[in-house]
Order: sequence, then C-alpha cells, then structure tokens
Amino acid sequence: MKELLEKYPRSMESLLDILHELQDAQPRHYLTRDALRAAAEHVGAPLSEVVSTATFYSMYSMTPRGRHIVRICESPPCQLVGADTLLGLLSAQLGVAVGGTTEDGAFTLETTSCLGVCGVAPAMMVDAELYGNLTEKRVTDVLADVRRRDAAG
Amino acid sequence: MPQARGHVLVAVNEEALLAGARDVAASLSRALEREGLADEIRVMETGDVGVAGRGVALVVYPDGVRYGGVTIADVDEIVREHLLKGRPVERLRLASAPTQNAWAVQRQSRIVLANCGKIDPDSLDEAIASGAYEAIAKLLESKTAPADVIAEVKRSGLRGRGGAGFPTGLKWSFTAPGDEKFIICNADEGEPGTFKDRLILEGDPHRLLEGMMIAGYAVGASKGYVYVRGEYGLSIRRLQKAIDDAGEAGLLGDRVLDSPFAFHVEIKKGAGAYICGEETSLIESIEGKRGTPRIKPPYPGAVGLWGKPTVVNNVETLANVPPIILRGAAWFRRFGTQGSPGTKVYTILGHVENPGLIEVEMGTPLRTILDEYGGGVRGGKRFKAALLGGAAGAVIGERGLDVPMDFDGPKEYAAVLGSGAILVLDEDASIVDLLHGILRFFRHESCGQCVPCRGGTVALVELSERIRSGRGSSDDLERLVSVAKAMQASSLCPLGQSPILPVKTAIDTFRAEFESRQAAVGTRP
Repeated sequence: MKELLEKYPRSMESLLDILHELQDAQPRHYLTRDALRAAAEHVGAPLSEVVSTATFYSMYSMTPRGRHIVRICESPPCQLVGADTLLGLLSAQLGVAVGGTTEDGAFTLETTSCLGVCGVAPAMMVDAELYGNLTEKRVTDVLADVRRRDAAG
Repeated sequence: MPQARGHVLVAVNEEALLAGARDVAASLSRALEREGLADEIRVMETGDVGVAGRGVALVVYPDGVRYGGVTIADVDEIVREHLLKGRPVERLRLASAPTQNAWAVQRQSRIVLANCGKIDPDSLDEAIASGAYEAIAKLLESKTAPADVIAEVKRSGLRGRGGAGFPTGLKWSFTAPGDEKFIICNADEGEPGTFKDRLILEGDPHRLLEGMMIAGYAVGASKGYVYVRGEYGLSIRRLQKAIDDAGEAGLLGDRVLDSPFAFHVEIKKGAGAYICGEETSLIESIEGKRGTPRIKPPYPGAVGLWGKPTVVNNVETLANVPPIILRGAAWFRRFGTQGSPGTKVYTILGHVENPGLIEVEMGTPLRTILDEYGGGVRGGKRFKAALLGGAAGAVIGERGLDVPMDFDGPKEYAAVLGSGAILVLDEDASIVDLLHGILRFFRHESCGQCVPCRGGTVALVELSERIRSGRGSSDDLERLVSVAKAMQASSLCPLGQSPILPVKTAIDTFRAEFESRQAAVGTRP
C-alpha cells in the first residue's frame, strides 16, 4: 500500500485517484478501514474527511463486493430498449437484489448511470469490460463466460 | 514510405472495440499484405466515423464508402472486391442514398469533428499534419496580446456547449486578476444519452489540449485540468497519451514551443457522481472533497479551484477555439445563426434508423436532424416524441419538430442544447415510463446537500410510481408539477432546478396519456 501511495503528491488533490487505486488493488473491490486510514495519513487529512469524500461517490464501496461487478445501465436510452427487463433477469439469475453480492462472492449486481455507449443500448459493464446490444441470451452468456474463465483460473 | 493511394479507416471507439474492431483492423492489414497492396493502401485506426450501433465500422477513402457490421469473415471479400477490383461490397455498405447524402452535407459543416474519424487519435504526427497546434503557434509567434485573443473569441460569438450557452469570450474576460489561475475542461459528461464529449476526447484529443492552451494563454493560466468521468476508461488512456506526447514534443511544459508561455495539463478522474458536471461541484471534487455545489456568486472566474480564478469550459466549447483563432471570428460566424454562431454536435439515438454522432449548423431543426441524418424513425413507425438534452431535458412532440434549435430558441430547446442528446421515441413508446425513468435518475443523483432537492426527488418518484401503477388520485399530476416547481424555486444548483423541465414538457404534451394510464388501472376514489 505504501508503494502505491508514494506515487501521489501528499495533497487532498490526489485523494480521488488514491481511492480509485486502493480500491482496484483490493480483490473484493472496496475500501478497507486500513486503506482509508492510509489514504488519510498520506494526504494529511483527518480520517473523517476522507470517509466523507469516499462515501459520496458511487464508484467507491465501503463494504466488500464480489470478485466481479456487474453494472447495468439504467438511463433512459437503455431503459427504452428493455434494460429493466434485463435487470430483472440478472437479479433472478444471480439471486441477489441491486447492491447485493452472490453467496459465493463471485458477483455484485449494481446499476450505473449512462455509460455513453447508447448506440448499442442496452449496455452493461462487467468489471472494466463493456457489453452492448444486450439480449436475455447475451446476458446469460456473458455471466456464464465470466464463470468459466474464473473456473479456468 | 510511398504515397498511399487509399486509406481504410477503422473506427476504434468503445462500441467498435467491443465488436472486435482491433481484430478486424489486424486482419485487414494481413490481407493487404497478402494481396501485395500494403504499400498502396494503409489501414488506420481512428475515432468515431459517425456511425453508432453498427458494430465495426470502416470508411474507405478516397471513395468515402462506409461499411458497418464488419467481421473478420468479411475482410477478404472487402480487400478482394473493393480494394483490388474497385467494386464496393454492397451487402455491408451503409447504405441508402439519403445517408450518403447526409454524410456529405455533414462533412461540410464539421468544425469540431473535422478530424474525428480521419486521423489516428493516438498519433501526434497525424494531428499536426491536420493542423493541430497551429493556432497556439501563431499566437506565440506573433506575440498576440491575450486581450486580443479574448476579443476574437468574443467577436466569434462562441457560446458554451456544456449547458445553456453562456458566451465563452465573456466568461474568459470575467476572470479575476491573480498570479495563479486555472483552466478546467469539464469532461464529466453524465447526461444520459450524451457521449459527444467522449467521442471528441477519443477522436481528436490534441484539439482539446490546444483549446485549453489557448484559454490559458488568454486568461493567464499555466495549469489545466481535464475532469473526466471515471467510467470513461478509453478516453482517459487516449488523453493521457496525447498529454505525454505533447509534453515530449515541447508543446506542453514550462516553455511551450520555446516561448515564455508555460502550460501543463493533468487528468482528474471522477468517481461516479452526475452532480460533478456542475462546475462548482467539479471544483470541490478536484479538491478531494464531496462533490456538492458551492453557492454562487462568487463564480469560479473570481473564486475557483483552491480559491483562485478559474475558467471552466466544456470539451466541445474548447474544441471550437483553435479553428476560431486560426481562421478568425468572421469565418466562424458564417456557420449557424446570428445569436448562436457555429455548429452543434449531437448524439441521435433511440428509435431511429441511423443512430450516431453528427455535427450540424446551429439552428438546424429537429426534423432535419431526424430525417436527413438519423434516417427517420426505425421500422417505418410514426414519430411520437424526442427527449432533448438527457434527463434534465425536454420532451418535444410532433409540433416541436420544425423549431430552429439554437440558444435563442424557446426555453425548452435553449436550456438543453448543450448536452446535444436527442433520444427519439416511436409511437409505441410510453412517455409515462420515460418520465419515471428520468425521475428515478434524479433521485439517485441528488447530492443530498439541500433539502428541496433531497426530499423533492424522492417525492417525485413516489408520485410518478402511483400514477404509473394507477394507484394515484386524480390530482397527482398537478402535485407532480407543483413539487418540481417548488424545487426549481428553492434548490441550490441546476440538478434540483431541472426536473420541472421534463415533468412539465411531458405532461403538457402528453397529458391524455398520463390520464388514461391512471384511468386504465382504475383511480382511487
């Protein structure tokens, strides 16, 4: 963690970047108490201030998430072409509500605002990968694909 | 290298990449090699080529033939038939005559997107060959007075392309004196259905950097920030490469082009907050804080980042600046309308034949955009409505199709023009559901700082849910409008002031649909 932090100037200006990086380095994609404390120490701010910032932004999580984060776009262009139905499907297939994590810790289901790929709506992201032109079949296939890759190590 | 007789441009925007654009480009290169055409025809990766929703898109020059939905399996045929024998592959061609015509018209009024889809965005050389950094070089060489730069931008009539069109030159001239000032490029493009700024960033990043440099030169700032949405991974990577390349070439740094002018640019990555598109929230966010808006005045021009004078401009606005400096205000005024010169970049989406990114002159009515560029409503259905400007936008019905769209038009057009999002709905779409989606969005994105917005956005969703499910009472529609009105009057920033526009325009234009939805399910006594 030390090494990671040293890249950044010791100023509040680095805080968002630092939080992104600390979260990405955590296999469960969240900000641990230790990470928050280290960030606070690095930028020279009270822990409360760092927590205040971290809890504001939707891309940061304070609780452990799945190894993979599924984020389906819920903005009007995607909604217009069936994103709500797909969200229901995802929720049923994963057995969790929005914000929930599957029991095996594989997936967390989230919604996101516009991903800016409305030309291929409906769209979702799994981790850093974008998927467009989603259908029920494609959503099912994508999840199966991720599971397969996981199993293959 | 011998002069190439032709080019194949492969779009490598997010959409195309996820459809396998890289593999197609590589396969094209191999096929050209095999056919002995590698010296004659070059494969180039480029930003958006003005086609959305069609998978991997190619443009073949000099003929200007556009292909869509290209897979590796099609590559041999394109090379053999088109590039070798000169017979375009009709089956893949994006096609109909009106589209091609539109493409031709569209290219004539491309100012902002002049290079998008023509150059490799990762190549500084290609950007320079297309005129990048000529404007800033001209200013530095001729030692133009900063006040003259501001005067020229004022004369051009350029207005901000992020929101409701505040005159850019005037904004610059309001920057308070001081030793340290900042230029911030607002690339926190969060309005649903908008991705024009992303495509400018990904298609021609050097143009944006040059625009920022000119702004810095004009107001006396030597540091610029680009605040980009955290979700825009490709934009961030491309822009960072552009910054690094420009730095190495002496175009950014302590002595820009060996002059005393210093300019540095840094990217700041957002973390998923729509509110940060509001300029003071954005500034708070760069300072490492919660992205809640500040009370204005003072405006950022006086008290901005770290309390210093700061100019905040949108991506598209800044991208307009280099050509204005290079070719003059009079040239710029040849495009668009008297009050809103220049062009406007739009993303046209939803139920249209050809969704995509277009640039047209200011004042172009919605009908022209829909029919000539969007190819009409998909599947021959009837037009019902368009949502202009994303969530904080307006619902426009049939009657609004012929209004010239510029910043001086009716409020429902002017207020939402900046984001450039046009979402088209056909006759089968539900306006009630559309509005519900919009209100859910506001509930999610309200920053929670001021009470009218925090409570109001929740109340709006509850009311809308009642109407939608038919559990409402007959005056719920009126209640929806009055809550939104109260929010408009008392919220601190544009987020809370926005819902009135979609609420009012949707209900005014489609009242019968709202009423029948209530009645269909049965109204509570």
